[in-house]
Amino acid sequence: MNTARPVKEKPAANFAFDFLYKYGTLMTVLVLIAVFGSVADNFLNTSNIINILRSISIVTIIAVGLTVSLAVGGFDLSVGSTASLANALVISMFVWHGQNIGIGIGLTLLFCLAVGLINAFLVINFKIDDMLMTLATMFIFQGVALTYTRGATVSQNMIMPGGDFATGKIPAMFEKIGQVPWIIVIMVLVVIVVHLFLTYTKHGRYMYMIGGNREAAALSGIPVSRYRLIAYLVSALFAAIGGIILGARVMTAEVNAGGPYLMDAVAATFIGYSVFGAGKPNALGTFVGAVLIGILQNGLIMLSVPYYAMDIVKGSVLALALALTYYKKRH
Amino acid sequence: MKGRIHLQSVIEPTTAAVSDLSCAAPLLEMKRISISFPGVKALTDVDFRTTAGTAHALIGANGAGKSTLMKILSGAYNHYEGEIWMNGDKVDIRSPKEAKDLGIQIVYQEVDTALIPNLTVGENIMLDRTVHDMGKRQLIRWKELHQEAESILARMNIQVPSRKLVSELTLAEKQMVLIARAVSKQCRILVLDEPTAPLSHSETEQLFKLVIKLKQDGVGIIFISHRLPELYAICDDITIMRDGLLVKSDRITNIDQPKVVEYMLGSKMEQQFPHAKRDIGDVWFEVKNMQDPGKINDVNLHIRQGEIVGLAGLVGAGKTELCRAIFGASETSTGEITLKGKKLRIRSPYDAVSHGIALVPEERRRQGVFVDEPVSVNVTAAVLSRFSKWGTWLNFGKEKQAAREIIESLGVKTPNERARVKNLSGGNQQKVAIGKWLLVDADVYIFDEPTKGVDVGAKRDIFRLVAELAERGKCVLYASSELSEIVGITDRVYVMYDGRIAKELTTRTSNEEEILLYCTGGGLT
Repeated sequence: MNTARPVKEKPAANFAFDFLYKYGTLMTVLVLIAVFGSVADNFLNTSNIINILRSISIVTIIAVGLTVSLAVGGFDLSVGSTASLANALVISMFVWHGQNIGIGIGLTLLFCLAVGLINAFLVINFKIDDMLMTLATMFIFQGVALTYTRGATVSQNMIMPGGDFATGKIPAMFEKIGQVPWIIVIMVLVVIVVHLFLTYTKHGRYMYMIGGNREAAALSGIPVSRYRLIAYLVSALFAAIGGIILGARVMTAEVNAGGPYLMDAVAATFIGYSVFGAGKPNALGTFVGAVLIGILQNGLIMLSVPYYAMDIVKGSVLALALALTYYKKRH
Repeated sequence: MKGRIHLQSVIEPTTAAVSDLSCAAPLLEMKRISISFPGVKALTDVDFRTTAGTAHALIGANGAGKSTLMKILSGAYNHYEGEIWMNGDKVDIRSPKEAKDLGIQIVYQEVDTALIPNLTVGENIMLDRTVHDMGKRQLIRWKELHQEAESILARMNIQVPSRKLVSELTLAEKQMVLIARAVSKQCRILVLDEPTAPLSHSETEQLFKLVIKLKQDGVGIIFISHRLPELYAICDDITIMRDGLLVKSDRITNIDQPKVVEYMLGSKMEQQFPHAKRDIGDVWFEVKNMQDPGKINDVNLHIRQGEIVGLAGLVGAGKTELCRAIFGASETSTGEITLKGKKLRIRSPYDAVSHGIALVPEERRRQGVFVDEPVSVNVTAAVLSRFSKWGTWLNFGKEKQAAREIIESLGVKTPNERARVKNLSGGNQQKVAIGKWLLVDADVYIFDEPTKGVDVGAKRDIFRLVAELAERGKCVLYASSELSEIVGITDRVYVMYDGRIAKELTTRTSNEEEILLYCTGGGLT
């Protein structure tokens, strides 16, 4: 009795698309490695591979947070600004206020969780479209970070408005966070933890259900608002971690340092939709997406493509990923 | 008094039934109209005629064929058989444009889809002309446009300023603007499809004044509605349809309301309802003073243990709204809910579920199932805690086991528990939506139109399931506009009309006609 319903027959073209959809990203990664490896001599050096992993770690961490916000059907565009804010806060904690590493990082995370809370409050209570609302808050938090640093770069021994030099020192241990292997270890941990959370826990399942059909989820008795709030907090938390690691890596807080990560994070996440045919935001896919972008960027720079042309490439990759995702949704 | 026997006499339909209509020459004659869709014959030899300057009521139960007939008239279908005559000339209507050119205008119930909210009243009224009749002109003459719109509005006695934005209008005003737009062009026949459903009493009166004005102008009006008292207030003739046949056409004054109901129901095939003996216990579930502004009005109801209580009412009577309000899914509702003597605080579906209330919603794909997820994920959605260790880690093996049991016991036709729900048929999707709540083991089960879009076999399974729940001592609230189902399966019925409980009936001593009479606002004096 349970077998009568025929599954829709798939023509060959469809089958080919499904196969490419599932494994296309991985194949692209392999092809890119092969091409760059044969064209650029030192592309496959251990040091370059580590270099690539290091370069994608911040993007990956921020993108994983964004993945969680997308899982509940949201879209946190403010992750880049949150990362900028975290970067400015953590460096200033050390340089301006002479705090130790624990308090510096702890306070930064706390402030950024407040950012997530504001996002969630606006999106959930006023029923504003997630993408539009976080577009607004993106500018707000970027402005807050800018105002907080008075539009200047925060660094050790910087000149304060009073004319003296800043006396605070950035702890040596903090610097370690931004270096190999720790920066890569943190990235891998984040990916694994979020992957386990989304795939193997009740809470992750709830998030995907809310993302899949919010009304049906609510009518199934799932506390939808609570999980959307959690998703925005997670998103802000990982953006903050990304910003802090960025601070550890460059040891300064440049103006709007986190902003450029938004584009890469969005691209990585949407490329990740298709990995293994998941069809939804997922942490492992996001990691693969980040790897793809990282390889592309690294290889193209080795081939002397100028850095300022990189956005064209990344934007095109994002457009392609979006086209695939939306095509898949309709078929 | 089961009321089925004497109905046999009214089934011989069509030709003979068209007797002494308004005696003037017919404005519109539809002769021997038949149409089929794959697998269904929707209309069979329908002869419909109406005269100029009259309002003609068109009534029938869900699926009787009245919208199909009007769609043919408006040119939505081109594969019908039969002839259409207007003013003694044979016409050929095969496309919406041809219908419009002949002066046939339709105002559908969903006014919001037909108007552009961010334009003014005048622009909306003149929309067709701005789009089609501008010729080579590129600039709009605003003054002229509004003047012309205003003169149309004035002619119709509609008190809406031409320069007001449509988004600022009330529903009734929007409807009048639509009518004005329809009438602004050549209009000989105006079809109003359930125009009063969303309107308040005073708004309805406003609309009726407009209808009377149009009648005086010689427009033939076809008025589709489920509300009998209104039809009697405004219409001259009435045509009753049932199962794709025209069963009666007459002056409305020649047929009284109970008779109309009889014609609408006819005698239906007995459906297979489970005849179970149930032990009905004490009152377990009670709803007091349930309000939801604009939707439901002071509803009180109770359900005994092991009882199936029907919630009857036509589309738009407020059944769905009431179900949602009880389930905490409406943000504006207020009222008191008690279960087993305990007062419940229900402010969200989450509260409702944790207190043992389950709702199978009306819009299955939008509200009931997760189409992109497999069957197993769907059926465990409401009780995921039971399938996770330490309240967190999912136990996939246990989930699979439970999903297989549900598939087995409900007879869900699916290759396996991993199949995505979007690949199942409507009836099987509904079984999945219901299966979700069987794992929950709730005390109160609310079904909102559970057999909508479900094939006969699956219907029978659903009836059996509902009866089983009651046998197991659950409270069941069964909302449906299919009165045969209400009569077949429930122990007691609440009839809703206009957001209120119009009548409480014991199913055993009632029948479809009586329920339908209350559904249509009759019997209340």
